[in-house]
Amino acid sequence: MTLLLVEQFLNGLQIGLLLFLLAAGLTLVFGIMDLVNLAHGSLYMMGAFFAAVLTEWTGSFLAGALLALPATALLGIVTEVIALRNLYTRDHLDHVLATFGLILFFNELARVLFGVGGMAIPLPDSLLTHFEILPGLPYPTYRFLIILVGLLCAGFLYVLVQRTRLGMLIRAGATNREMVGALGVDIKLLFTLVFGLGSALAALAGLMAAPITTVQIGMGDNILILALVVIVIGGIGSIRGAFIASLLIGLVDTMGRAFLPNMLGTVLSPADAGTVSEALSSMLIYILMSGVLILRPAGLFPAPGR
Amino acid sequence: MPQLPLRLKSPITSLVGSALLILLGLVPVAATVLDDPFMLTLFTRVVIMAIAAVSLNLILGYGGMVSFGHAAYIGIGGYAIGILAHHGINEAWIQWPVALIGSALSALLIGLLSLRTKGIFFIMLTLALAQLVYYLGNGAYAYGGDDGLTIQQRSSFGGLIDLNDKESLFYLCWVLLVLTLWLTYRIVNSRFGMVLQGAKSNDRRMATLGFPVFRYRLTAFVIAGTLCGLAGILTATYTDFISPAMMHWTRSGDLIVMVVLGGMGSLFGPLFGAFTFLMLEEILSSWTEYWKIVFGPILLLVVLFARGGIDGAMVRGAAGYALTGLVTLFAMYIVHYLWYDDWMPAAIVLAVAALAIVAIWLRQRRTGGQHG
Amino acid sequence: MKVSTLLRVTGALAVSALALAAAEPAAAQAKKIKIGFVTTLSGPNAAYGVDMRNSFELALEHLGRKMGGIPVEVIYEDDEQKPEVGKQKTDKLMQRDRVDIVAGYIWSNVLLASYKSVVDNNTFLISANAGPSQLAGEQCHKNFFAASWANEQNPMGVGHLLNQKNVQKLYIVAPNYAAGQDMANGVKATFKGQVVGQDMTRWPDQLDFSAEISKIRAAKPDAVYVFFPGRAGVQFLTQYTQANLKKEIPLYSVFTIDGVTLKLQKDQALDTFFGLFWAPDLPYAANTKFVTDYKKKHKDTPTFYGAQSYDVANLINSAVVATKGDLKNKDAFRAALEAAKFESVRGPMKFNKNHFPIHAIYQQEVYKVSDSEYDIRTISKIIDNLEDPSAPKCKM
Repeated sequence: MTLLLVEQFLNGLQIGLLLFLLAAGLTLVFGIMDLVNLAHGSLYMMGAFFAAVLTEWTGSFLAGALLALPATALLGIVTEVIALRNLYTRDHLDHVLATFGLILFFNELARVLFGVGGMAIPLPDSLLTHFEILPGLPYPTYRFLIILVGLLCAGFLYVLVQRTRLGMLIRAGATNREMVGALGVDIKLLFTLVFGLGSALAALAGLMAAPITTVQIGMGDNILILALVVIVIGGIGSIRGAFIASLLIGLVDTMGRAFLPNMLGTVLSPADAGTVSEALSSMLIYILMSGVLILRPAGLFPAPGR
Repeated sequence: MPQLPLRLKSPITSLVGSALLILLGLVPVAATVLDDPFMLTLFTRVVIMAIAAVSLNLILGYGGMVSFGHAAYIGIGGYAIGILAHHGINEAWIQWPVALIGSALSALLIGLLSLRTKGIFFIMLTLALAQLVYYLGNGAYAYGGDDGLTIQQRSSFGGLIDLNDKESLFYLCWVLLVLTLWLTYRIVNSRFGMVLQGAKSNDRRMATLGFPVFRYRLTAFVIAGTLCGLAGILTATYTDFISPAMMHWTRSGDLIVMVVLGGMGSLFGPLFGAFTFLMLEEILSSWTEYWKIVFGPILLLVVLFARGGIDGAMVRGAAGYALTGLVTLFAMYIVHYLWYDDWMPAAIVLAVAALAIVAIWLRQRRTGGQHG
Repeated sequence: MKVSTLLRVTGALAVSALALAAAEPAAAQAKKIKIGFVTTLSGPNAAYGVDMRNSFELALEHLGRKMGGIPVEVIYEDDEQKPEVGKQKTDKLMQRDRVDIVAGYIWSNVLLASYKSVVDNNTFLISANAGPSQLAGEQCHKNFFAASWANEQNPMGVGHLLNQKNVQKLYIVAPNYAAGQDMANGVKATFKGQVVGQDMTRWPDQLDFSAEISKIRAAKPDAVYVFFPGRAGVQFLTQYTQANLKKEIPLYSVFTIDGVTLKLQKDQALDTFFGLFWAPDLPYAANTKFVTDYKKKHKDTPTFYGAQSYDVANLINSAVVATKGDLKNKDAFRAALEAAKFESVRGPMKFNKNHFPIHAIYQQEVYKVSDSEYDIRTISKIIDNLEDPSAPKCKM
């Protein structure tokens, strides 16, 4: 039982960190440019497709992944320059409508480019192994890698935002955009760079998830809602908030799926318990978010100045 | 954007809006003359979705409350009808009030919980609460769960109106749409509506002036939810079917798109939006499976070049273009009706539309445009 | 300016309306058989819709695009995997195109949303995939036929297979929607051992099955049985393989491995057990012709979705031939459909009284054709003439 608890804890951690990779880019873009980018999920999908194609082409998952990051960043920058740059001064609804249009476009584009069947990224044998974290508890290496990459990425973002000049500008931009512009910083360039960074993060999330979930058209649509839930719980623009909220969501979701049926099984018949607990565990995340927002209307870590 | 009282707005919107309403009212005649019952089916859906979009506009356009869970009330209204019908209660006198009261009560609850938050947090909280309703429907195995439930018999008005008759149903929906528009007009131009719009631009000022802003907003939220529940009743009746899919979050997204596309805070805006959205969907999807590759950029172009949606274009004096757009749609529909398997007409119409958009944009650039 | 615009608009509308009225009668004539085919042609599961369309088209080619000497026209519509869209497309087929027969439907919720407006209109509806238990039971209808299967049938076959393999303790995982419930109940109906655990997962958007897989590992069953159609099947199989459980706990499945998913599952699908009513290598003449020509034309193996669609076309043809093209006489046409006098790709089949097939279920496996190519082959017949358990509930 304890072993199972540890294993499920790791599963939750891993899902949470995967979610964090996606949410971090979203919250950066939202916090700094005040842009609601629903097409973030499309960049997640395109990143995964790029990684799949490049992995096939180079024959190495690592090379494919490393090439997919700049490719997606470039795609993001192109999208920003062509379409989204003109939207910063508009209200959120215009963002929603325009980026919703982008989702439709990217989904069909992926279908035209990569076919209807989707793609898979086979893992190299070195990543298909297991090792025992505790006696009697083997855990897949790749899932460990996800946890590792998630933590490294969180560290990288922390250093970037807190310790570098770019990070200073990002923080300043999140608090007061006009003032940063008035101080002579090239806001346009800064925004484009941040958008490229956000796109690369989305691609990282997509290509890390791809070997587990496979690459499919529309794979970004549903997970985008989860990422939005994360950044709202965490507080818009807060990387720290996104980190904590993703772990919270990952753990709540996994633990709910893992243990609710057994808990309900004590009062209901097994078949009913399965059904009811599934419905309940689907709701858990939204109940959590409602609870947080009702108690703290601006999320757990509201960014200062907004 | 300053919120002018409706009657001071450009009369062209009201003119086109009324004309569209009358044209819609003539659809059953056209369907009979052309011997095309599907026309009636399609436009029944347009009218029902327009009711839902108008109800959303009341809180979104006039009240500044971006509800991302509005489709939940379509579901609640629909499920009330479906569940009662499933248990053999078919009298509309019972079904309809139950559905409307159910929508009102859930709107009250959702409003109470969510109206304390603002901006994106309000959007996400309404989404979350609507998702809870969605999963409730998904888990309701007694009523079909994910598969949904077929309504074997439509509600009976005791011989007053026969809902099984397609034309009666259409006219019922049409009359209800006109009533909804009228009600919205009255609300918006009343003192209540002024406070609501005042709170949209500056809620602190309204509060300082002594208006209980929260209560005003909550009232508007409940009215909108109830009206949307009405759209849910009609949806369930028209499709003979309820399923959680009717309240999926993408449906709420569609409603927002309709309102923004048509023009927020305009009486007829949501009608234009619902009409344009559903016609584009119908026409483009029949021409090609890849229709979204066209539809997506159209949305983007509308946002970039037609601020304030179709209504905004009209108000800014570009009535001719907006009209051209609507007429293009009608023309496309007719072309589609006659040769809908063909790619060529689609390509031509789209090319013309794209050229028109570019031309308008260039012209606005040259003349300095109307920024603001 | 504005008035003139308005005038022009009105003029344009009037002219178009006239043109419309003038062109109308031409469309209504010409004696031919019109079939409407509703399936999913966009979104993540479009591959199946495309396969169904390809197979239906292939069947028509084999028939020379004629049934009983009458030319056939097929109108394909995309339901986008959404019930309300499917319903609207079905209405359009009925009311505008006035088709004689409606066929297709992958998803049970789309079918359930659409079927009433077809059968109430005294038109025949033939499902090429979805077989929800309601329509096999209480809500069966004289105008509704399923050329595929009833949901419980294939899992019942797997239940027999589990008994033959002497499995004592079974763990069940399936998505939590109506077909998922049916598939879980089907295997429980025939499996004689003990079900030690059952998980119903979120549908359709659960991507990660680590929680369920950890529970399977902890429960130590003799075998695990799953149903994950489409891309969910790829995801589950990938994660089950990555968890390294396939050797320890054998995997039994239905509708989880097919021609489309196999392109992504590859090695992961090897050494698993599954049962189905059809396989590409079943040694019947109709099947060999179908599979060979499909491979020739599309450089690809058809899936069971395609096989069912191919059968639908031939079933319709058999009824048209039997009634000599008289589609107006509904009772005669229905009787001809019920007789099912056609060469099915699955071999011998007949319709039960609820208009669902009675047929055999085969054990199958995945094998490597070459380094990058995989296919499905039959191992043995699990059970012959299997009826579905909902049939007695049908009052027809």
